[in-house]
Amino acid sequence: MKKAFPILAVLTALFLAYAFYQAMFVAPTDALQGDVYRIIYYHVPSAWTAFLLFFINFIASVQYLANAKPSTQRAANWIVIAVGIIGAMVPFVPQVRQWLNTIGMYPSSAATTALMIPAVYFLIGKYFRGQNLDVLAVTAAEVGVVFCTIVLITGPIWARPVWGIWWAPGDIRLTSTLVLWLIYVSYLVLRRFSDSAQTQKLAAVLAVFGALDVPLVYFSIWFFRTQHPQPVIGGGGSIDPRMLHVLLISWMAFLCFAFLVCWSRFRLEKLLRDVEEAEALESLLEPGGSTARTSKADVSLSSGPK
Amino acid sequence: MRSFWSIALATLAKDIRLEWRSKDALNAMLFFSLLVVVIFVFSFDPLAEESRHIVGGLVWVAFLFAAVVALNQTWARELRNQVLDAYRVSPAPGNALFLAKVLGNFIMVSLLEALMAPLFVIFYNLRVLGPAWQLIPVALLGTWALVVNGTFFAAMSLRTRSRELMLPLLLFPVSIPAVLGMVAGTTSILTGENPAHFYIVLLLTYDVVFTTACLALFETVLQAE
Repeated sequence: MKKAFPILAVLTALFLAYAFYQAMFVAPTDALQGDVYRIIYYHVPSAWTAFLLFFINFIASVQYLANAKPSTQRAANWIVIAVGIIGAMVPFVPQVRQWLNTIGMYPSSAATTALMIPAVYFLIGKYFRGQNLDVLAVTAAEVGVVFCTIVLITGPIWARPVWGIWWAPGDIRLTSTLVLWLIYVSYLVLRRFSDSAQTQKLAAVLAVFGALDVPLVYFSIWFFRTQHPQPVIGGGGSIDPRMLHVLLISWMAFLCFAFLVCWSRFRLEKLLRDVEEAEALESLLEPGGSTARTSKADVSLSSGPK
Repeated sequence: MRSFWSIALATLAKDIRLEWRSKDALNAMLFFSLLVVVIFVFSFDPLAEESRHIVGGLVWVAFLFAAVVALNQTWARELRNQVLDAYRVSPAPGNALFLAKVLGNFIMVSLLEALMAPLFVIFYNLRVLGPAWQLIPVALLGTWALVVNGTFFAAMSLRTRSRELMLPLLLFPVSIPAVLGMVAGTTSILTGENPAHFYIVLLLTYDVVFTTACLALFETVLQAE
């Protein structure tokens, strides 16, 4: 596995360079916006990657919470299956379909998202267990925040020349992305400020709260007039097939890059935890070390008045 | 089920009695939000027409900050003499404790709002143009939204360093849809330009979703080791 890392790194660098070449020189210039539009080849793939990573963080957090007891795990499995089945069918009910259209979503994409939940849930549950789930969650959140930051920076750079304003406060996609970014920054702050023993459960709980918040944020702004261009993929939008081609290449390159970063972050976090564990064990075995250990445990148990 | 509610009510009665005797949190909240109101009055000196458009935001920002002051005190009492640890080893359901704390905070913050709202009316010469009775559901649902998540995150931040700093950092991002509902709902009632029904439904949905989530996950947070 370790040997695969540098090979993948080189391949990703080449892939990114190819995507850059495609985006800058091969993709046709937009008829209305001119060359400014080319920033979408960084903006949109970053957004998709960030959302995917936040989604992985949410699923890993749910798995982590469900893994605490076999009974909750069984219940969670059934709930997730039910969510997938119901979520895949409900968007095609005529009334729901109409309503989804008014908030700018396509029934097919809503159903696909719903089906992704059980699929990713069981996939992650199969390959990650116990501590690894938490390591995966923190990795996905950190890398996701980085990509989300790229989205929030490139967006206004594009908006200024095209819309004439840096930021549209009432816009549904801008605001939801910003709130999502805020939630995950607070997730990382919680992890930083919390003592190691309880961090993982608390962070997982916060991730669930954040995920519940996202649809509410979306609906709370849906009736404002939306400035952001409608999604051009998977629906009624119109995009030049050559542009779409470049966009997908760019996304693939970004996904490879995200995977690479996540991989090394995952390994680093595992290593850090192994070191911590070894140090704790060492201090237990040392003569006189055990008293230091119990006093520390006392402090964390009785978090009394300051 | 009877024991659940009797535990919750006993905890609530204890909290109210303690608060009634000391009045620490309530006085601090009242004075704090009074200060915020006065600072707003100095910062913005609008005409009556303009004030209808901005007061919704000012009112809720003042209440949000004041509520954080109260929420930070929620669990402080239980930490002294390890009351919370005693509660954790007792067979009492954690959700009873949680509901009692939420109800206690809800009463406190509602009281604060009832006392501070007239001040805004006086300072900004407000006259409501829409259906004024709708302000009551917006206020009640909005307060519940702040308080239920606030109590939960206050319990979460107990386990962190510098916990009083942590609470707003956790609470505000998740509360954004609720704050938007309260502010936009209040503004549309004050100006009478749009119906506020959508915001009431939004706040109701928010309350149902997050009350359920809090009750489902509070035991995990209480017992987190």
